[in-house]
Order: sequence, then structure tokens, then C-alpha cells
Amino acid sequence: MRLVSFTLNGKPTRLTVDEDRMLLWVLRDDLGLTGTKFGCGQALCGACTVLVNNEAVRSCATLMKDVQGKQVVTIEGLAKGDRLHPIQEAFVTHLGFQCGYCTPGMILGAYALLHKDPKPTRAQVIAHMDEYLCRCGAHLRIIQAIESVAGTAKGGA
Amino acid sequence: MDWQEDGNELVVDGPTTFPVGRRDFLKLTSTGVLVLMAVDAAHGLQETARPQTGRQGYPTDVNAYLHIGANNRVTCFVGKVELGQGSMTALSQLLAEDLDVPLSAVEIVCGDTDLCPWDMGTFGSLSIRSFGPVLRAAAAEARGVLLLMASERFQVPIETLGAKAGVVTVVGDAARMVTYGQLTEGKRIERTLDPKPALKPVKAFTIVGTSAARRDARDKVTGKAKYAGDIAPAGALHARILRLPAHGATLTQVDTSAAEKVPGVRVIRDGDLVAVLHEHRDEADKALALVKAQFTRNDPPVDNATIFDHLVKNAPRGQTAASGGDAAGFTGPADRMFEQTYFDSYMAHAPMETHSAVAVVENGKVTVWAGTQTPFPVKNQIMQALRLPADKVRIITPYVGGGFGGKSASRQAVEAARLATLTGKPVRVVFSRDEEFFYDTFRPAAVIKIRSGVDASNAIVFWDYQVYAAGERGAAHFYNIAHHKTTVYGGWSGGGTAGYHPFAIGPWRAPGASTNAFARESHIDVMAAKAGMDPVEFRLKNLTDPRMIRTLKAAAATFGWAPKAAPSGRGVGVACGIDAGTYDTLMVEVVVDKATGKVQVKRVVCAQDQGVIVNPEGSLQQVEGCITMGLGYTFSEEIRFKGGEVLDKNFDTYAIPRFSQVPKIDTVFIDAPDVPAQGCGEPAIVPLGAAVANAIFDAVGARVLQLPMTPARVKAAMKP
Repeated sequence: MRLVSFTLNGKPTRLTVDEDRMLLWVLRDDLGLTGTKFGCGQALCGACTVLVNNEAVRSCATLMKDVQGKQVVTIEGLAKGDRLHPIQEAFVTHLGFQCGYCTPGMILGAYALLHKDPKPTRAQVIAHMDEYLCRCGAHLRIIQAIESVAGTAKGGA
Repeated sequence: MDWQEDGNELVVDGPTTFPVGRRDFLKLTSTGVLVLMAVDAAHGLQETARPQTGRQGYPTDVNAYLHIGANNRVTCFVGKVELGQGSMTALSQLLAEDLDVPLSAVEIVCGDTDLCPWDMGTFGSLSIRSFGPVLRAAAAEARGVLLLMASERFQVPIETLGAKAGVVTVVGDAARMVTYGQLTEGKRIERTLDPKPALKPVKAFTIVGTSAARRDARDKVTGKAKYAGDIAPAGALHARILRLPAHGATLTQVDTSAAEKVPGVRVIRDGDLVAVLHEHRDEADKALALVKAQFTRNDPPVDNATIFDHLVKNAPRGQTAASGGDAAGFTGPADRMFEQTYFDSYMAHAPMETHSAVAVVENGKVTVWAGTQTPFPVKNQIMQALRLPADKVRIITPYVGGGFGGKSASRQAVEAARLATLTGKPVRVVFSRDEEFFYDTFRPAAVIKIRSGVDASNAIVFWDYQVYAAGERGAAHFYNIAHHKTTVYGGWSGGGTAGYHPFAIGPWRAPGASTNAFARESHIDVMAAKAGMDPVEFRLKNLTDPRMIRTLKAAAATFGWAPKAAPSGRGVGVACGIDAGTYDTLMVEVVVDKATGKVQVKRVVCAQDQGVIVNPEGSLQQVEGCITMGLGYTFSEEIRFKGGEVLDKNFDTYAIPRFSQVPKIDTVFIDAPDVPAQGCGEPAIVPLGAAVANAIFDAVGARVLQLPMTPARVKAAMKP
């Protein structure tokens, strides 16, 4: 057990935890942030994606000791009060979800992409998002949502 | 009948509760917050003490489906669940339409066995086409009673009244108006109408037919949407259960001493059930890894390669699903005869949310939040497993993270209920991904043998179709064939002897229909190619069903289909299907990498006739979802197994569709206001595999006979 200090959704957070526990379960079980989903447990699907220093990481494979001193953002931390983040708005407008289970990971994955490259080409969007799995088949609309935020949407699919 | 063909063999069906009255109840709001609501109740809950095994229809009491508050808020109760298919939005639209209330006044409660009317489950594309009319009838009757109450209040004939947006007005005297809420004062609707009022005609629709916004959108983009595993009662323990290494194995020895030493762990042994429980999931995982167990294996002698012979040799007795003319004695005249065998592999549902449940026992009552497609049958299972009366078991279905047929079976809910009873603590069971693959009820591997013949004019005159293990759905052809017979040997809902399949099988989105369409529509193209005819023209020549002809022509127009016999080198393909009352034609364009056998679908056109469309944007989402998900069964999804051991355990080896595979998709809905609303969540997935197989043939002249059409199989087919 050790004290791990980090910023969680903008708030300074200090936890005494086993530093070898995975961030996913600390978020869900210890902190009640259930918007971060368990999907595969092996960093294969992206449902557990969160932002660490604005980069998308798989929280099911991220040790608590690796977030020491970092900025962690989960899906719960993206909206400002009632005001959705533009990526969240775009997922609503373009219906970039069906069952919604992969959605938090998709949105945070898209956030990380656009943070690094605000105007990605379609090929770059696809390449980045290819490691995120969606079973319902919302892919086309997710691409459209991301492109609408980037201002690179060409219309159509 | 729909119930029969879409039923689930794994569960006992039948209504267990009938909410005649509702006293105080907990309601899961759209934000997932539990709110105590007070609703009047003329009677207490009437529930039986034993599970009822008989099949029964929906209740006839309108109060089972809706409640109108004094504040004019309407609560809609449905036994259906929201799997992502948008039914909570579309069903709200149906209710609002026939009740004549604003859609924004409607809240909907889905899949809560204490609050909602009995329902067999959410599958078979039945929510709109089969349950929809029931819900609408309840709304129409409630509206009729409200008009009657208003006519008595105003002392005017009912014909002089109009109802709109939850308000009854004396026509021509706008000052005399009363809201629904003023009429009911929040009470039950005690009167009934006989005869029942007619449903609103399609041309009068103002809410149905619009792309009303999805009700789950904000919850789902903010992380507020609660799924079963997110429900967190105080003190809840994660349970990890010792699993078998292979189907058919039995536990012979278990040593939990090391696991018991993990701080905070509880170990439960109850017969064959061995579970470790901990407040934290990852600690429970660690403890489970410390359990030492020995098993006796009893593997059936089959694997992916030998399964097909096994399925044919050990097939159950065949049932004739369709026949006409004299197929058995057919000797001609046919100028050309064709014979071909097609194969399909076991496939997983692989929803992103694994099977999850949280169970709480309080005052002898078990409440289970379950990710399930079948809350009422699951309730029955728990009643039987724990020997509890109906009023002591409640299933609440929050958002479900995908189902596709795989969450019709919900053993995790029974396990959570059992462990909560044994421990006296709230218990959460969330399957790991390998448990999800192991306990999945797979789409069955299947074999289809077709013999057919065409005459000199290229009319199909003979069709003998034998399907092993895929089942009846979509097996019967829809072409105009004089002598034909369709024989079905077993199916996804069983029919084989014990051990026919090495593990559980079950319904997978449009169960059996994609397998059948792959064989039938591939075979149609085999005949067209031999005839030197364009595959669309060949189909049109052999079709008489006007709905199918319409979708075929609509798809061709949108696709820009230029008639040419295959193989043309262009890589275009067509296939048709009928499923859940809906007609589809898909056209695809592919590029085949001849060196690797890898196929990329560039674009898909779907022409779909689903009758009346409740929510166009929602329907579009379903079609796109079908086509995108369908790329998996078409190209890559295949469960590999050896005996009873499932070798695919996660997404590293079991490949579901990814962004880089998704084609451009254009969808055309046929305007068919005279056809009642049909299924939408499944039909478009059905012809995709066949359309792609036909496009591969068109591209490279090679016929792939087995799903999925992996690069290796495409390459093998290309060898001379």
C-alpha cells in the first residue's frame, strides 16, 4: 500500500492503495466512477479507456503507480456541468453509439486523437480508432462524429 | 408462430407477475438514480406462489402498460429491454401516438419484473412488430376511456370531443378543455371499452414516423448510463467463480486454502459452485487464481475440422419446412443440374458488456439487476433455483451493453442470486471475457446441401434444400420454383441429441437466417453464372414476390447496377433475404487481394422494406449496425475449439469488425405504408455474407463455400 496522488477530473486526489492495482478497478470499485467500462481485461477493446495527461490509456492495464502525479480524466470529467464537451455533443448529434457500452472509451479515444491532431484525415481517424471495438456497428457514425468536431466532415459516409 | 420460432430453449417461459396495482416502488430513472415514487394502488401485487410454466399472452389491463400522473406525465411500462437497438425510444413513440400525448411527456420503464407487464424477452425483432400493436392497443383504449370520462364531465356526446397532446377539448369550444391528468388524477384507469377502439391510421401519425431523438443519448455519452455491473449497493462483493476448463468436464478436487488467505476474501462452496468474493474485482481475480482444482475431462471427439461430418452423421430427424410440386420424384426436365454443399462455423455474440448481474437479498426478497434480454424468464429461473415464490424475486434490467441473442441466456443472474443468498451480502457477477466466450450460446456450425436444376429458359424448376443445425429461419426459398423441398435437420434452438454440439448453442442475430441466405443466395449465383446471366436478371426472372422484386430494383437503381454475367472482374455482388417480415436486397462492391486472399468491402447498398417505419434514423442505425456487424461473420468470426475446450478466449484471436473494415453504406427504405411495421434489428444482416461471396466470385471467379470467408479460404478457393 502506498499513497498515490494524482488529479482526477480536475480534482486533486490522494489514495492509499496497493500501487500494483489496475486503475480501472480503483476507479470503479474504490471511487465509484462506473462510466469507465470493463470489456476484455487485456487492453484489447478500449472500453476502459481514460485520459492520462491527455493521452488515451487502457485503464485495465494501467498500474496505479503509473498515474502518480498525473492528470487523469474519465468520461465523468469531460462535460462542464450540464454543458457537454463538443465530442460528446457530436456523438449525440451523429448517434455515434447504440448500446453505449464502448462509448466512454470511444469518446476519450477521440479526445486524445483530436488533442494531438485537431485536423486528422479520415485515414488517420480510422487508424487511431481501429484499436477500439464496437459490437453494435456504430462505426460510421463515430467517424462522422469525430470528423464533425475536427471540421473535416465531407458529408456522407 | 413467432413465439415458437424465436423462443429460447434455455429458459422457462410464462408470466410470473401481473402488476395489477403499484404501491410504492423504486424506479430507475434515466440517470440511473433510484427514486421512490408513490403510485396509487387499488390492489396489492397479485403474484403466484409458484412459477407458472404455461405460456400466456400479454395482460389486457391498460394499467399494466401505462400510468398517467396528475401532473400529466405518462409512464410507459414495457417488459422489453434497451440493448442499444433504440426500443425505449421507438416504443415511447408508439405509446405517445395512440394515446395522443406529447412524446416529451412520456417516461419509459423497461424490463422490471415488478413494474412491467410480462414479456417473453427482447429478441426476434418482435418489439415493434409484435409487442408494438399490443402497446398501441393499450394506449388507444386508455385514450378512449379518457374521452368517455371527458364526455361525462362536460355532458356532451363523445363525438364532439377531440384529444390532442394530452388534452381533451370540446370541438369548437376551446374553453372547455381538460387534461388527461385532471381526468385521471393520477389514479388507475378502471374502465374498459368494448369493442376496443381502432388504432390510429398511418396517415394520421405525427409522432410515429419521425426520427425522435434517442432517449439514452445523454446518459451514454456522459458515463451516467448504468449497466448491471455498475449497480453498486453498499457492501457489494465481486464474485469470481471457478470454471471448468472444458465443456463436459467435472470438478474432482479443489483446494481453496491459498485463496482464503487473501485479506478480505470470502470463499463459498456449495455443491459444484466454488466462488471467491472480494470487495474489489482485482483482488477477487487474484484469489481465484490461487484456487487449485482438478477436473476429469470428458471431451467429445470433435473439433473445428471434423464438426461438419459429425453434424450430418448425427443429425436429428428432418422436418419439411416447405415443399411444392414433386421434388422427391423429380427427374426433369432440367437442362442443367447443380449440387453444392455450404458450411458455416460456430460464432460468438461477443457483446462489449459481458454477462453481468448484481443481486441483493432484503427481507427474503431477491432483487437482481441483470444485463439480460429475458428478465421474466430469468425471474422464473431464479425462483426455481432458490425455490422462491414469485413475489420474492425481482429482476431489474438497466441498460444492456449489447445482446444479439447472447443475453437470452443469463446464468450470471442466477449465480449472483445464489451467491447473495449464500453470503447474505450484495453480490456482483461480471463475466471475464474468457467466461463470456466459454458460456456463450454460439451460433451453430451448420451444413447445407443444395441440389437444383434449371430449364432451357433458365427458370429454376427444381430445388432440394437440406439444412443441418442452422434451423428453419430463412431456410425456405422465395423464388418461383415448380418442384421444391426444404428439409431442416435440427437448429439453433436444439433438436439434436445431447452432445450433438460440444457446447451450448443459441440464437445469434436473425438466428440461422444468415447461414441459410449464404447457401441459398450463393447457389442462385452459381446457377446464374452457369446460365451466363446477370445475377440480378436471373433473380428477377425467377421471382414473383412483388415486395422482393421492389427491393431488388431499388437496390440496383441506387447501386447503379450494370447487368453483366459473373465473373465480370468488377467485384460486385447481390443477395436477397426475408427475415422478421422484412425484405432486403444487399449489393456490395469488394476488392480482393489475390496475393493474400484478403477482401475489403468498398460499399454496400441496402434496400429494405420493413413496412411502416417508426423511427427512420433509428432504423438506419439498425441497418448500418447489421451490415457492420455482419462483416464479422462474413470474414473473420469463427470459434475454434478442441473437444469441449473453447480456444478463443478474447479479442486477440476472435476478430470482430473494426473501423478499417467498414464500407460506405447507402440505405434505401421502401415506402410501404400499407404494410404494418415489421422487424428491423436483424434483417439487414442476413444477406451480407452471400452478397460478399457473390462479389468475390464476380471479382476473381472463385466460389467460397464456407463462412467466415477468411483470407486462407479465399486463397484456397482461388486455386485452380
